[in-house]
Amino acid sequence: MDFDLMQRVWIFFAQASLTTIMISGLAITLGLCLGFAAALASLSRLAAVRWPARAYVSIFRGTPALIQLFLLYFGGLQLGLEMTAVQAGIIGLGINIGAYMTESIRGAIIAVDRGQTEAGRCLGLSRSQTMRRIILPQAARLMVRPLGVNSVALIKGSAIVSTISVTELTYTAHRFISSTYKPFEMFILAAIFYLVIITLFMRMIDWIDARVALKE
Amino acid sequence: MNLDFTVIPRMTDLLLWGVMWTVILSVLSMVLSLVLGAVFAVARLAPFRLVRWPVQAFSWIFMGTPLLLQLYVVYFGLAELGLNLNAFTAGVIALSLHFAVYNADIIRAGIQSIDTGQYQAARSLGVSHLQAMRKVVVPQALANVTPALGNMMIALLKESALVSAIGVMELTLSAQRAISQTFRPFEFYLAAAALYYVLNLVLQQALRLIERRAALTR
Repeated sequence: MDFDLMQRVWIFFAQASLTTIMISGLAITLGLCLGFAAALASLSRLAAVRWPARAYVSIFRGTPALIQLFLLYFGGLQLGLEMTAVQAGIIGLGINIGAYMTESIRGAIIAVDRGQTEAGRCLGLSRSQTMRRIILPQAARLMVRPLGVNSVALIKGSAIVSTISVTELTYTAHRFISSTYKPFEMFILAAIFYLVIITLFMRMIDWIDARVALKE
Repeated sequence: MNLDFTVIPRMTDLLLWGVMWTVILSVLSMVLSLVLGAVFAVARLAPFRLVRWPVQAFSWIFMGTPLLLQLYVVYFGLAELGLNLNAFTAGVIALSLHFAVYNADIIRAGIQSIDTGQYQAARSLGVSHLQAMRKVVVPQALANVTPALGNMMIALLKESALVSAIGVMELTLSAQRAISQTFRPFEFYLAAAALYYVLNLVLQQALRLIERRAALTR
C-alpha cells in the first residue's frame, strides 16, 4: 500500500467529489421536478395525459442509463444540440432518475387511503384542491425514504458521466489508475469519498424522515 | 436534422453479435450473483462473528461505491496482483459480486421470514446447520423473494452496459463500433436502446413464468 502516493493525490479526489456532489444534486433536483410532473400526469383521468407519462417511465426504466447518456451527448451533437459534458451529464442523469422517482411518488400517492380523496370531494373541494391540500401533504411523508433510495442510486450512478470525461470521482480514479498503475490505492481513495458522501446523505434522509413521520 | 436509419440494416450482424454477448454476459452474471448471494446471505447469518464480519464489511463497501469503479478495480487491480484477466472475465466477476451483495440482502430477509420451526425441525432430525440451510430454509426463502430478485436481474441486464467501458464487446460497444464506422451516433444508440428494451421485455416475461412456478411450488 503506497500511502505516500495517496497523500499526494487525495486533494484531487476531494475536488472531484465536489463535482460528483454538484452533478448529483442538480440531477436529483431535475429528477424530482420530472418525477412529480410525471406522477401527477400518470394519475390523470385523461388518457392523453396519462399515456406519455407511462411511456416516459417505461422507456427510461427499460434501457441502460449509459445508452441514454450517450444518446443525449453524442446523438444530440449530431442533431445540432450542443452541450458540455457536464450539462449532458446532469440532464441525462436527471431524466433517467426522474423515471424511477415517478414510480416512488406515484406509489406514495396511491398509498394514501382512498377515503381521504372521497372525504375531500364530499366537502366540496375540487379534484386538484383535494390532491394539493389533502393527498400530497400525506403522501409527502411516505415518499421521503423511497426518494432517498433513488437518490443514493443516482449518486453511485453518477459515475457513468466519467465515460463522457466529466472530471468527477470515478474519472479521477480512472485517470490516476492509468498513470500510476496503483488501482487499489486509487480505489480506496475514491471509495472513501463515495462512502462519506453516501453515508452523510443517508443520515440527512433519516433526519428528514424522522421529522416528517407521524407522531402516533 | 439529418437522420438516416438506413445505415442500421448494414450493421445488423455487428448489433446481433452484441446482443448475443450481452445475453451471455448477463445470464452468466445472473446465475453467479444468485449463487454467491445465497452464500453471502447464509454467511451473514452464521453463528460465528469471524464469518459474519468480513461479509458485512464486503457488502458495505460494494453497496457504497459505484459499479463502474468496481469494474475498473477488478480489471486493472487484479492485473496489479499478477492475475491477468480478460475483459469479459473481469466484467462477469464485477457484475456478479456487485449484484451478489444486493441479492444477499434480499435473500437474508427471506431467510429471516421463514419460521424458525423449519430450521429447528431439520436440526432435530439430525441435519447439520449448513445442510438445514441449503435444503430446507434457503429454498423456501428463495420462493418468497423471487419478485425482489427478479428486479435485481432486470437491473443487472441494464447495468451490463457498463462493461463496455473496459472493452467487453457487448451491445453497447458494438453500437460504438458501428458508430466509429458510420459516424451516426444518434441512430445506433437509439437502435441499441431499442434492443435493450426488447431484451428487458423478454426477461420480464421469463421472470413472470418463474414467479408463477415459484408460487405453485409453495
